[in-house]
Amino acid sequence: MTGFVLRRIGQALIALFGVSVVVFALVHLVPGDPIRAALGTRFDPEIYQVLLERSGLDQPLGVQFFDWLGRALTGDLGVSFRSGRAVTTELGDRLPATLLLAGGSLLVGLIIAIPAGIISAVRQGKPVDYAASTFAQVGVSVPDFWFGILLILLFSRTLGWLPPGGYVSLTEDPVEALQRLLLPAVTAGVVTGSILTRFVRSSVLEAMQADHVRLARAKGMPERYVLRHHVLRNAWIPVVTITGLQLATLLGGIVVVEVVFSWPGIGRLALDAVYGRDYPVLQGSVLVIAAGFLLINLLVDLLYGRLDPRIRS
Amino acid sequence: MSTADTTLEGPSGDATPRWRQTLSLLAKNRLASAGAVVLIVLVLAAVFGPSLVPYGVNEQDIASRLNGPSGAHWFGTDDLGRDVFSRVLLGARVSLQVGVIAVGISLVAGTAIGLAAGYRGGWLDAVLMRLMDVLFSFPVILLAIAIVAVLEPSLFTLQLAIAVVFTPIHARVVRGSVLSVREDVHIQAVRALGASDLRIVAKHVLPNVAAPVIVQASLSLAFAILTEAALSYLGIGVQPPRAAWGADLQASQGFLASGSWWMAVFPGLAILVTVMAFNLLGDGLRDVLDPKQRSVIESRGVT
Repeated sequence: MTGFVLRRIGQALIALFGVSVVVFALVHLVPGDPIRAALGTRFDPEIYQVLLERSGLDQPLGVQFFDWLGRALTGDLGVSFRSGRAVTTELGDRLPATLLLAGGSLLVGLIIAIPAGIISAVRQGKPVDYAASTFAQVGVSVPDFWFGILLILLFSRTLGWLPPGGYVSLTEDPVEALQRLLLPAVTAGVVTGSILTRFVRSSVLEAMQADHVRLARAKGMPERYVLRHHVLRNAWIPVVTITGLQLATLLGGIVVVEVVFSWPGIGRLALDAVYGRDYPVLQGSVLVIAAGFLLINLLVDLLYGRLDPRIRS
Repeated sequence: MSTADTTLEGPSGDATPRWRQTLSLLAKNRLASAGAVVLIVLVLAAVFGPSLVPYGVNEQDIASRLNGPSGAHWFGTDDLGRDVFSRVLLGARVSLQVGVIAVGISLVAGTAIGLAAGYRGGWLDAVLMRLMDVLFSFPVILLAIAIVAVLEPSLFTLQLAIAVVFTPIHARVVRGSVLSVREDVHIQAVRALGASDLRIVAKHVLPNVAAPVIVQASLSLAFAILTEAALSYLGIGVQPPRAAWGADLQASQGFLASGSWWMAVFPGLAILVTVMAFNLLGDGLRDVLDPKQRSVIESRGVT
């Protein structure tokens, strides 16, 4: 077990190192001078010199990389070209919004997927199974931003029930925060839910075919009891894994939903950094999201190893 | 059963070539056939669109701006009085083009990397696959955004970005298949006969990894078109005034309040139909060619 854990952590660290090389390289792949490009028409030799020294872009490449990496490890991701604030502060301001949205979306996804997946597995081949499959097929094919726009059109513009976007923190006004969370969370959650539905269904189907389940049935145990005590107990292990991985995917894909609903999260920050050529902020947000993505994947693998001993070997 | 086995144990002396068997099996799958029909219509629309559409994509008629669907404008008009139907129909062009080119590049690159890694093994395998792992560690949209940020947003950048994102998926699929056929008896036999590596790979390995690659390509097209639409929606993909579904949806959001629902509904519907057609065809191909493989979206979730 320790070997498995160490090996998996080692892999994650190597990947993280690779990610940091790519993120570092981003700025250096920009054709021409990134600071000049960032300043654009507001070019001023003095500001230019300050930014150049602060960003260390005048140093040799190797020195720059390890400098940057060393500072990144201590939580210093540089200073925004635009606002002049520390990138870490900018990220810290945006993180709660992204986490709230990701959490809310995952919750919506699970609320849809668990019942839909179980029912369609139990009623395999029946109309309800086809309905769930159709939902899953549409869900993986629908562009999330379009679905979000349709929700705004219906619930906000036509019915006037919910606000079309914006973010209020939970501590500020919990009721309004949840009202504003609902549409974006449903948008990302339905897509997540449709992918999860497929997994819950196949996982339950697989568990239903196990020998001990057939035995339980042959003994004449009530179907409901068999389902609860023998099927679902085994079916939830892969579902936990997929749910974790979906959280990672959600975190990465949430940019688009954040834009649809003017949600001030990290994805939105990264995109604004692209528009504004604010490379330190772009690097910081890409690094944080990719690191989060790797971390969740790592945790899920370790958790899976704990839940299912067959994986560790 | 691996794909290699099916090829080896295929009915010898049977006159029907394998691709025709595949097609007839596929034709029996109603959903996959529906997907194929939709795609054929889309390709025709993309090719012959300019002579079919009732109005030019950028033909403005300010007097009849923001008009709802009618006999003259089936899908209504946008804020500049342009015909939404014409724009949606011609939007297929750019989506299909970006999808096909991006997936094509990633297919070639991924297959080359996967073949080299899987066939050579050793340090080359380790280096190439760790590299692929790093690319795989980035969420799709984020990596594409980062690439577009470095290069100027253009059609070429967009295709390149999507291609980079998809290369590791193809590389992994190919490598896995190569590993499973590399030690096959017939490959050992041709090796013993003194065939060169290049010949073995081209004549004996490649045909055996073709099935999973074809399946993955179809499913990747679905995902690539979604990615293109998302990037164009974010304003870093296809740039207006060019007709593109994602970019038109971005524009539509400013007119939701005035009730111009048609601007938002039709381009999105076009994306949904296209992506679903590729998904259904891909699922059908997988059932026929390579039942064990998972979809792109699923494999991104699992690995």
